[in-house]
Amino acid sequence: MSVISYPFDGQELMKRRRSIKRKLKEDGTARLPKKIAVLGGSTTHDIIEMMDLFLLDQGIEAEFYESEYNRFFQDAMFGNEELDSFHPDIIFIHTSLRNITVPFPRMTDSAEEIEARLEEQYGLFEAIWENISAKYQCPVIQNNFELPAWRLLGNRDAYDIHGRTHFVQALNQKFYEYASTHPGFYIHDIQFLSASYGLEQWSQPQYWYMYKYALCIDAIPEFAFNLVNIIKSIFGKNKKVLALDLDNTLWGGVVGDDGVEGIAIGHENAQAEAYTEFQSYIKAHKDLGVLLTVCSKNEEENALAGLNHPDTTLRPDDFTMITANWENKDRNIMNQAQMLDLLPESFVFVDDNPAERTIVEQNVPGIAAPEMEGVENYISILDRNGYFEVTSFSKEDLKRTELYKENMKRAVQKAAFSDYGEYLDSLEMTAYIRDFDKVAMQRITQLTNKSNQFNVTTKRYTLEEMEQTAADPDSIRLYGRLIDKFGDNGIVSVVIGEKDGEALNIVLWLMSCRVLKRDMELAMLDELAAKASEAGLKKLKGWYYPTAKNNMVRGLYESFGFSKVEEKEDGSALWELDLAGYQNKNTHINVTREVFE
Amino acid sequence: MNRDQVYEKLEAVFQDVFDDDSIRLSDRTTANDIEDWDSLNHITLISAIEDEFHMSFTMGETSTMKDVGEMVDILCERAQEKPKKKRRFF
Repeated sequence: MSVISYPFDGQELMKRRRSIKRKLKEDGTARLPKKIAVLGGSTTHDIIEMMDLFLLDQGIEAEFYESEYNRFFQDAMFGNEELDSFHPDIIFIHTSLRNITVPFPRMTDSAEEIEARLEEQYGLFEAIWENISAKYQCPVIQNNFELPAWRLLGNRDAYDIHGRTHFVQALNQKFYEYASTHPGFYIHDIQFLSASYGLEQWSQPQYWYMYKYALCIDAIPEFAFNLVNIIKSIFGKNKKVLALDLDNTLWGGVVGDDGVEGIAIGHENAQAEAYTEFQSYIKAHKDLGVLLTVCSKNEEENALAGLNHPDTTLRPDDFTMITANWENKDRNIMNQAQMLDLLPESFVFVDDNPAERTIVEQNVPGIAAPEMEGVENYISILDRNGYFEVTSFSKEDLKRTELYKENMKRAVQKAAFSDYGEYLDSLEMTAYIRDFDKVAMQRITQLTNKSNQFNVTTKRYTLEEMEQTAADPDSIRLYGRLIDKFGDNGIVSVVIGEKDGEALNIVLWLMSCRVLKRDMELAMLDELAAKASEAGLKKLKGWYYPTAKNNMVRGLYESFGFSKVEEKEDGSALWELDLAGYQNKNTHINVTREVFE
Repeated sequence: MNRDQVYEKLEAVFQDVFDDDSIRLSDRTTANDIEDWDSLNHITLISAIEDEFHMSFTMGETSTMKDVGEMVDILCERAQEKPKKKRRFF
């Protein structure tokens, strides 16, 4: 469960963190265990304490390695036994202006000298990143630099190459170039954060003098929250849907009472301006692959009339589903989740009415329902919560709304067929099933980290681990893309098997729920069986590990004709299939091993 | 704010920070008397006290205060009512 959303009272959280953590740990939520190494160039104690709190709130139980004070460089370059045996899942490098070790430019320095110093400083950092990513093969998060709080040259500090401000910006720019060419490397943007917080406050030097903190104590909760957004996103904990109320959320006023001409939207007055900007902000989420739905207490006719207002930015077409009725909203959201084959906890419920938020929060476990108060604050409340923090981005994200809409069309057509096989044939499906390739790696990893329901082992992989698997001669890997007459469903299934004597041990089998009941899993099985036989293997075997969410695949191996070898008390079960005389099972999908163009 | 009022609030801050309701304070209390009161938690404690009493210690004060009594002296002089914040967790 999540108790903390932005805006929060950071001081209160700091003060009561022990009891809050204790209560979070006692709430019975199953959490993902992760190991996080924090390599600091200044004190990191309270930062780690607050990261721990926010991670628990996001469903991650972290174990930390903390470098000795200001030993980030030594730890990263030369390692030490403790860090090596810790095997971090993620490394965070906490550096700041205080860790710039080359002399800052002086007015007497030449352009060449300054450039050389910039290269020298940058080189130290690049050496760290290269070294730890080669050694630990895990994601790396690196702070950029906050701007200096004082400016020797005054305003000129920003644009003169001798200015400290200019130097810091140039260094940051080099960090960004590295980040944009190295997947698995992420910048924690403290330049934004310190500006938003107030640079003067953030940089109060007594915290450095007294405790060797690189930022003021009061800013630590904001810092940790922003950082944890990156971490939870990497570990597949992002939200996926914005479920939006209409009246006083997407426009001012009540369309049923005030009429279409009476609602505030467009540019007529301040209220209308604010709602228009908010609508644009929401609409832009579609490009990130976030689905938009309407969840409104309204007559449907009135809801649609509002969304067709001449000055509105969001149109009915922008929404994957529009639910406007007088049902309770928690039930409507559960219904939407079911229709879209998504977990209710992947929804963010956006509603100005505190009573609706409370009902939804109480009845939809894990949903986020931020306090939307004052239309002028709406954007910042959603934005700073980081529900959709973008750590990976694939082409699928750009057109997710379309994908789900095509699914709705398929559902309509399904109703018209009496025989299900006939319906499947009518979809004219082609599956592209292949070994992993470079182009698909991002999407394969993304899908692996966010699939919860159709996922037999729920094993997670970082991009680095996935790349290692792709290069491992003792593993067999498949990913599948499904196309039908309504469009491209994208990459929807991933299977990984490891050779184990004469058997292939299936360590990962997952599929996107948007292609459930299309026989795609049979096409994958046929291909896996073929590949295993080609490699001279005699058997397939695989564990099912139960989680709170993957009950739908409890009987998957049984349905494939595997026999049960072993079952444990917790419901885990080992299944096995003899490959001798294996007959292909898929009859409705045309399968190819070619590259999809 | 008088000395008793300061003590009452201060005790609550200590109890929150160290998550221990049995903590009682007197003028003579020092870091040696409270198990988890080390140099790292001291930072959190000072910051929580500043927030509760809506004031700041100077750098000089933070490094020279010897016991709770000296802290309370400063607080009696400079403490202010904290404006009510609406958010609680649990």
